[in-house]
Amino acid sequence: MGKIWRVSGPLIVADDMRGSQVYEIVHIGEEGIVGEIIGLEEDKAIVQAHEDTLGLKVGEVVEGTGKILSAELGPGLVGSIYDGLQKSLLAMAEDMGSFLKRGARALALPRDTKWQFTPVVKAGDMVSGGDIIGTVPETELIEHRVMVPLGMRGKIKEIREGSYTVEETIALLEDGGEVRELRLMQEWPVRKPRPYKQRHDPSGLLTTGMRILDYMFPLALGGKAAIPGGFGTGKTVTMQQLVRWAQTDLNIYVGCGERGNEMADVLYSFRQLKDPNTGKLLKEKEIFIANTSNMPVVAREASIFVGVTMAEYYRDMGYDILLVADSTSRWAEAMREMGGRLEEMPGEEGFPSYLGSRLSSFYERAGMVECLGSPGRKGSITIAGAVSPPGADFSEPVTQNTLRIVDALYSLDVSLANKRHFPAISWLMSYSLYADTVSAWWEKLDPGWAETRMAGLKLLQQEAELEEIVRLVGPEALPEGDKLLLLVTRMIREDFLQQSAYHEVDTYCVPVKAGLMLKTIMKFYDMATEMLNAGKSVAEVRSLPVVYKISRMKDVPNDKMPAKAKELWVEMEKAVTTDKPVS
Amino acid sequence: MEVSSLYVKESGAIKRAKGSLLVAESIPGVKFNEVVDVRLANGEIKSGQAIDISAEATVVQVFGGVSEVDLADSKIRCKGETLKLPVSGDLLGRIFNGMGKPIDGVPAFVPEGYMDINGEPMNPASRRPPSEFIETGISAIDGLNALVRGQKLPIFSGSGLPHNQIVAQVIRQAAVKGKAEKFAIVLGAIGVSYDDASFFMKNLEETGALERTVAFINTASDPVIERISTPRLALTAAEHLAWQHGMHVLVILTDMTNYCEALRELSSMREEIPSRRGYPGYMYTDLATMYERAGRVFDKEGSVTIMPILTMPDDDITHPIPDLTGYITEGQVVLSRNLERKGIYPPIDVFLSLSRMMKEGIGEGKTREDHNNVFMQSYAAYAEGCYLREISTIIGAESLGERDKVYLANASDFESKFIAQGEFEKRTVEETLDIAWKLFSALPKEDLKLIKEEFIERYLPKQEASS
Repeated sequence: MGKIWRVSGPLIVADDMRGSQVYEIVHIGEEGIVGEIIGLEEDKAIVQAHEDTLGLKVGEVVEGTGKILSAELGPGLVGSIYDGLQKSLLAMAEDMGSFLKRGARALALPRDTKWQFTPVVKAGDMVSGGDIIGTVPETELIEHRVMVPLGMRGKIKEIREGSYTVEETIALLEDGGEVRELRLMQEWPVRKPRPYKQRHDPSGLLTTGMRILDYMFPLALGGKAAIPGGFGTGKTVTMQQLVRWAQTDLNIYVGCGERGNEMADVLYSFRQLKDPNTGKLLKEKEIFIANTSNMPVVAREASIFVGVTMAEYYRDMGYDILLVADSTSRWAEAMREMGGRLEEMPGEEGFPSYLGSRLSSFYERAGMVECLGSPGRKGSITIAGAVSPPGADFSEPVTQNTLRIVDALYSLDVSLANKRHFPAISWLMSYSLYADTVSAWWEKLDPGWAETRMAGLKLLQQEAELEEIVRLVGPEALPEGDKLLLLVTRMIREDFLQQSAYHEVDTYCVPVKAGLMLKTIMKFYDMATEMLNAGKSVAEVRSLPVVYKISRMKDVPNDKMPAKAKELWVEMEKAVTTDKPVS
Repeated sequence: MEVSSLYVKESGAIKRAKGSLLVAESIPGVKFNEVVDVRLANGEIKSGQAIDISAEATVVQVFGGVSEVDLADSKIRCKGETLKLPVSGDLLGRIFNGMGKPIDGVPAFVPEGYMDINGEPMNPASRRPPSEFIETGISAIDGLNALVRGQKLPIFSGSGLPHNQIVAQVIRQAAVKGKAEKFAIVLGAIGVSYDDASFFMKNLEETGALERTVAFINTASDPVIERISTPRLALTAAEHLAWQHGMHVLVILTDMTNYCEALRELSSMREEIPSRRGYPGYMYTDLATMYERAGRVFDKEGSVTIMPILTMPDDDITHPIPDLTGYITEGQVVLSRNLERKGIYPPIDVFLSLSRMMKEGIGEGKTREDHNNVFMQSYAAYAEGCYLREISTIIGAESLGERDKVYLANASDFESKFIAQGEFEKRTVEETLDIAWKLFSALPKEDLKLIKEEFIERYLPKQEASS
């Protein structure tokens, strides 16, 4: 047992710590504040405290635990709310009320809940790390596949069916005369990526229900995306929409250094909202980490790794996981603060020089993999990280380092947000390198997707160029063809890209509907061009009733859209033929 | 601050004094970040804070600088206590300085307890999502940037803009619809001029709100370090009233720019590595630990709503102070010098302003069913008008088409009829929405894309149909 030698903010130096290891968890002082050893020097250990150090004294005890920072893995994770160190916030609320006391502890997995375990292997079977030995119905949507902990192997000596807590023995494993007990729960050190058999390329669309993502800048399962944006550009709402509607098996939301009230709002809404595909409550497929901005800074650093470790555990069961981190900038700031205290040589803007490698060590845990163990299965983790660049200036280090790693960028634009165009994702600045990856997926569902998408993006690009001319000569001075182009791109922007997160129908748009919507607008463009060629003016085209009807496509329920599109197309064809001038 | 006068420990020799830092031999028993006394040879006592403690040395930052400290005879005394505020329901009606000492000449009250001024973080799982609309009677706020209980909504202003008047108007008029509940106001004045402080006090007195108010006043001439504790004291008082006495507390903090300047000053004296523009890298977290104290919880009645005021240096919204604040708060009300020059009060820039909690607080049963639609459509129409205004400065308004001219005129009407109102005019939210509808009636009906058809039927003024 050691004692405090020095306190400087979250940095603590402890004496008499011989025998400790780097990254070992320690408990500090009377209250038992959690800290993590980040360096050793002879008898002294350099500790970063994961909680506020106010009021600590030199000489107070520092107690090693012999364990490095690990996550508890087992049934009971789904639907839970954790802080950055995987302490259950619901358990703490029950124990000590609405405010968090320092040094308070709570276990991640409840120890008294009984889970119904059904074995899928039998006594005498040879198993090794990653093999599925049985299942537990964890929630209505998640079947928890209990795996042999990585690194273990042997013959099943005994396996029990029935209801067990996470700490009770469910099977005995015999390996060279040694018998080990298997439980529903296991642990894994959070900073160490869980291994897999083989890595695959991302594939298949991660359906988000957001048109600008799914159709224009698609995200693939196993991909990595960054969402940078200044304040008020709707980063958090975009992230929330992602975890709400993403059609993955399990979503993990890491709220890292962000607002408490918004977190409360998410937590609350996930207890009411239903998944559009299964009709079950969203909390049946979500895990939350809430380390809000007023909670200890250093725990932010851990929260991201705790989140991704849980993601890997479920990936290893063969599930597709989406992990969103809001915001990675706050995470980077926590690193900067610690780096400063350690008097490390700072890199750009005071961030530590290892910022880039730390960011990639997080994002690289995304991917589509062939999991270890039998039966053979594939799982994926897709990561979307929000970035909060100071002054909305994307040249800052966190944004730039992130862009070097991710393959999709959803760039949030302040001027769009000021016009209340949401999601404020800029179509000129964003990109996705997964367009080719998902094109096979799209073409099967919506033939002609690649072409329509490119046509739409090209029109928007032309609009941006025309816009400069308009600013000089005014909209009235443009030729009719250009005026029509502006009318159509406006429709693309307002009637297709704009999407309300708060409208009961529009909040989630299936890919089929998105495709029909854009195709209807493109069809309108063809029709209107034909009318212009026949001598009509843009003003006349604009006043056609179909223009208004197109603007209301958003409100059409997902399943009614094919019929609605057909109706609009018929109407447009009629408009062209009946309006033929009598020459 | 009221702690036992029994000093537990006194330092040995002071080894170094420079800037505002004293390095002394280790003081046994000193707590990290505790407030200590520095006793000078002539008996004068200065306050300081232990910012780095170890078995070899104790580093103390002295508030107000190290002048007159000598290494031989000055001593550091510690109490083994961190800064605490004595709290009680009797806080109401009282005025304190930035260290929590009464300055109104009234004797001290009997405290119910002492609270750590840093508070304890709210458990995110215990937070009740804010959803109660506060009617401020100001159209640009109620209609477009609604404030709800438990929110933190700052005012981003510039020097010379009427932020004080607007806040005074909010204090005068704010009420939750159809309810009369226990409310209180806590004012934290940080590094303000005497005039600013007395403006608020006079205003509170005139409206009779003074007895429902607790004020913590740190004027520009008071020690800089007290600017760090002033807002924390204010929030501690607010928390006590909200969580122990079930009150709905509105906390006004002015001017947070002074707070951030003080933070930078102290940080550079500590020789910390600076981040943008010399502000410390932890400024985001530091501000967040205060602003995040706003909110509501499931198991208590009261609420803490925070309205900080900050002046943007050079009206620059990307300056680190407004920038970091915007990342923490649930929106912002931004004042515009342009509108102010046009004579519009309140000069609220509705594009840059935003309330993130708005959607939770409006709609049927809270304000009116059409509120959200009206809000969206007003923005869209005004944005179009402002865009055309920009174009028309180059090509002239005459060269615009008929439809565009309508939008151009609408933007001006929106400013003069919707945004503008009297300093003592209180509009109900229904009145605010009706003004918006009147403005919509001048627009082409097919352009009202963002409003549900049934609302158009119900609320759009009918007389226009005759044309």
